[in-house]
Amino acid sequence: MKSRTAWFRLSSLVLGFAFLYIPILSLVVYSFNKSKLVTVWGGFSTQGYGKLFENTQILDAAGLSLRIAAINATGATILGTFAGIALARFGQFRGRTLLSGMTTAPLVMPDVITGLSLLLMFVAMEQALGWPAGRGMTTITIAHITLTLSYVTVIVQSRLASMDIALEEAAMDLGARPVKVFLLVTLPIIAPALASGWLLAFTISLDDMVIASFVSGPGSSTLPMVIYSKVRLGVSPDINALATIMVGLVTVGVLLTGYLMFRRDRLRQRDRQLSESLG
Amino acid sequence: MKLEQQVRASRVAGFSAAVQFILQVFHYIVPYHWVASRLARWGVKGQRLVVALPYLWLLLFFFIPFLIVLKISFSLTQLSMPPYQPLVQWTGEQLNQLRLNINPGNFQYLWQDSLYLDAFLNSIKVAGIATLITLLIGYPMAYAIARSSVQWRGVLMMMVILPFWTSFLLRVYAWIGILKNNGLLNNFLLWLGVIDEPMVMLQTNFAVYLGIVYSYLPFMIMPLYATLEKMDLTLLEAAKDLGCRPLRAFLTITVPLSMPGIVAGCMLVFIPAVGEFVIPSLLGPSDSLMIGKVLWTEFFNNRDWPVASAVAIALLLVLVVPMVCFQRAQARTAEAGEA
Amino acid sequence: MAPTPIDPVFVREPWHDPKAEPYIRIEQVTKRFGEFVAVNEVSLNIYRSELFCLLGGSGCGKTTLLRMLAGFEQPSSGKIFIDGVDMSDIPPYERPVNMMFQSYALFPHMTVEQNVGFGLKMEAKPKSEIADRVADMLKLVSMSQYGKRKPHQLSGGQRQRVALARALIKQPKLLLLDEPLGALDKKLREHTQFELVNLQEKLGVTFVVVTHDQEEAMTLATRIGVMDHGRIVQVGTPKEIYEFPQSKFVAEFIGSVNVFEGQLIDDQSDHVRVACPELDCPVYISHGISSAPKATLWVAIRPEKIELSLVPPAQQENWARGVIKEIAYLGDLSVFLIRLNSGKTVRVTRPNRWRHEDEHMTWEQEVFLHWHDTSPVVVSA
Repeated sequence: MKSRTAWFRLSSLVLGFAFLYIPILSLVVYSFNKSKLVTVWGGFSTQGYGKLFENTQILDAAGLSLRIAAINATGATILGTFAGIALARFGQFRGRTLLSGMTTAPLVMPDVITGLSLLLMFVAMEQALGWPAGRGMTTITIAHITLTLSYVTVIVQSRLASMDIALEEAAMDLGARPVKVFLLVTLPIIAPALASGWLLAFTISLDDMVIASFVSGPGSSTLPMVIYSKVRLGVSPDINALATIMVGLVTVGVLLTGYLMFRRDRLRQRDRQLSESLG
Repeated sequence: MKLEQQVRASRVAGFSAAVQFILQVFHYIVPYHWVASRLARWGVKGQRLVVALPYLWLLLFFFIPFLIVLKISFSLTQLSMPPYQPLVQWTGEQLNQLRLNINPGNFQYLWQDSLYLDAFLNSIKVAGIATLITLLIGYPMAYAIARSSVQWRGVLMMMVILPFWTSFLLRVYAWIGILKNNGLLNNFLLWLGVIDEPMVMLQTNFAVYLGIVYSYLPFMIMPLYATLEKMDLTLLEAAKDLGCRPLRAFLTITVPLSMPGIVAGCMLVFIPAVGEFVIPSLLGPSDSLMIGKVLWTEFFNNRDWPVASAVAIALLLVLVVPMVCFQRAQARTAEAGEA
Repeated sequence: MAPTPIDPVFVREPWHDPKAEPYIRIEQVTKRFGEFVAVNEVSLNIYRSELFCLLGGSGCGKTTLLRMLAGFEQPSSGKIFIDGVDMSDIPPYERPVNMMFQSYALFPHMTVEQNVGFGLKMEAKPKSEIADRVADMLKLVSMSQYGKRKPHQLSGGQRQRVALARALIKQPKLLLLDEPLGALDKKLREHTQFELVNLQEKLGVTFVVVTHDQEEAMTLATRIGVMDHGRIVQVGTPKEIYEFPQSKFVAEFIGSVNVFEGQLIDDQSDHVRVACPELDCPVYISHGISSAPKATLWVAIRPEKIELSLVPPAQQENWARGVIKEIAYLGDLSVFLIRLNSGKTVRVTRPNRWRHEDEHMTWEQEVFLHWHDTSPVVVSA
């Protein structure tokens, strides 16, 4: 009986993870394919990578996307942190419901709706104010900040909710003014959440094709837009190479995180045993 | 909504640890004290600024755009840039010569042309079925992870989250290579001798289901895992002690208790899947009727902004109902002391 | 002219001195949260160097009162004065008050030294002074060797000391302690209670402690204020609160007690008699009370003040007859539940002074209860 359920759990895990990872592995394996047909194995080669690094269109787009992602992540983190603080700490202020609605709605809003509405906004603004003149990096960045600040808000808000308010009160009790309380106590404590929010905003921006397509202009194609237009025409080795590089970077990052987390847990555990033994 | 937020937040849980380390280093570099005294000297009215900045941003770039979409969905198309007529027009000097160009025709058009209605119904059907399949695959996985040993849980959840951090577009692209006529799967099946000639799998509805299930599976697993992991295992022991067989205990105890996770996971898959564009356009048949794709075509190919806006409003109306229901259900369980 | 000598009693117990100036004056303070009244018209005087305990169950308003003293909450009405200064518009970071939090609220990203020095850093004191005073403070709480540790590397008792040091380093006029020993286990708590009292006596700082633990309040306090439903129901020394509770609530909240309803039948200035329907004979109390004649009142007798015997007592009054229904042996003492003829169950405790009792008492045995005429007290509803 026991072994039967264990067997069932093991097989569902094996099959599930096979389903999740075989497509990714196939991308990696076929990036080293000599054959131009991509899915037919023709021997080992790195010509996909050569082609990738010759493709200035992809490289330019990647540069643009990275710049947008970095600016977006920074802006979204600042605004999202403010919104998170307002929602978690300022109690019932006027317009709180609207703010919380506006920060949670983008999380589930289909991209096509967000993209369309932002584009129409930009067009209307350009007509009325003359800004933003045309569409490109600025409009994509604004659109991405709007989308990703919700994610940061949610992360910061939940971190603040789980943080002991007594810490902030203690700082105030010891003579710290509100701004100091925030900078000396709150900020260092929620900093990991801010960093997570920054990274998430960065990744989402780097991954978005639909919204960027709506709000970009001529000559400002982001990496996902270029990938999409190439992929629509079929498979090609340089895209596989690009995918492999991305998967590699993420894997290294995740493994490093895992290692650091493991080490920190062990250190914590040792500390705890130490303090308990000392009484 | 609360659980859903947690789910979204858990998307980054893995990273927070590494970053904590980096920030400990930061803490010694950044002159917090200096910044603090500087800001205090300027007398920055912190609280008001903190609320106003994100508020104004979201009003300007999230709330008002919807009003504009609503406005344009009632406009007439015209050949110009932007390609729609203003709602209010002055035709002369005086106020009574004001002309209102409100045009509910776009919505009538959506209703009358079977294309749009079919697309809506088809999107809901595809998203619904795909959500169900995702649940059937995701539940056993989440269950198995939640019941594995503590060290393994972290590793396995990290493996669930890892694909998230790689490009969504490239993960969909991977399936093109697998499903093609001379792709991996066909070659494998031919080699096995299961089939004699390649099956057509790419650009079919099957490929769309597969793509949605594949892309959204982690969204399903995370809330399910969160509720299953929190569950008190002694409840199952109590049920068994009272004479309940394992399968029955699973159905009468585990499943009802994981209901919040099931609802959250299904909504997290269903709502974005209804408006999905990338998956049907890359994996689906060229004439596939998905509403996200229809909106895209209206906008980019036909340049009919008013109709695209009307489609967006209609899609929003369709999705608002499940979103609100979901939120209500969440609130009720929270009141009952759940979660 | 020679200065008038101060009555030594007034030094130890300034609340008896009509001329003494209270250090903390709480005047008619009310705090409402929407409809809910957390603190209701509380007036209280606390004197310099007192260790005052606010005692009450959860939700009685004691923590809210403490937070108003710290400045985290503003009174809905009424005023608080500390050393003669009105605290109404003074934010927490400018009050001469520090607080030790229930959770200790040690900053997790700072070392012990940084935590303790935080308050002085906010006053922009020179670094050398901060270092010296932190070292002194850590020595005072015997934590000198842990200065470089982070809070998560400390045990519960050590964290408590760090929190105390951090709250004391600014030499506040008033130290507030919110359930200071609540997070410690029983053995450590007892030890720390005495440490806390010694420290308070040494430094002479005025302490206000919030607790729900009556034993803790009795050990620590110079005076206790018992709170119920947002009001202070009685203020007094631990002994006054225990021996002379003014109300049924206080009598029942502190320790256990037997309460009998009755009516005054003999009201003299040096003694009273109360007829209780649940007892066979009237209760004679050897001190006068102030109560309206014929009014319903309650007589409270502590379980340890009732004696048990197998033979009828010699006295005419202050006794009862009953049957033993339950015996609980607790080691140092035994608890007897005795049912009287009226059906009322009375709780009696007896210290187990000898290994073998000469009078062996057992279940369903008939016993006699009697008590001294100083033991009962009359309490209001």
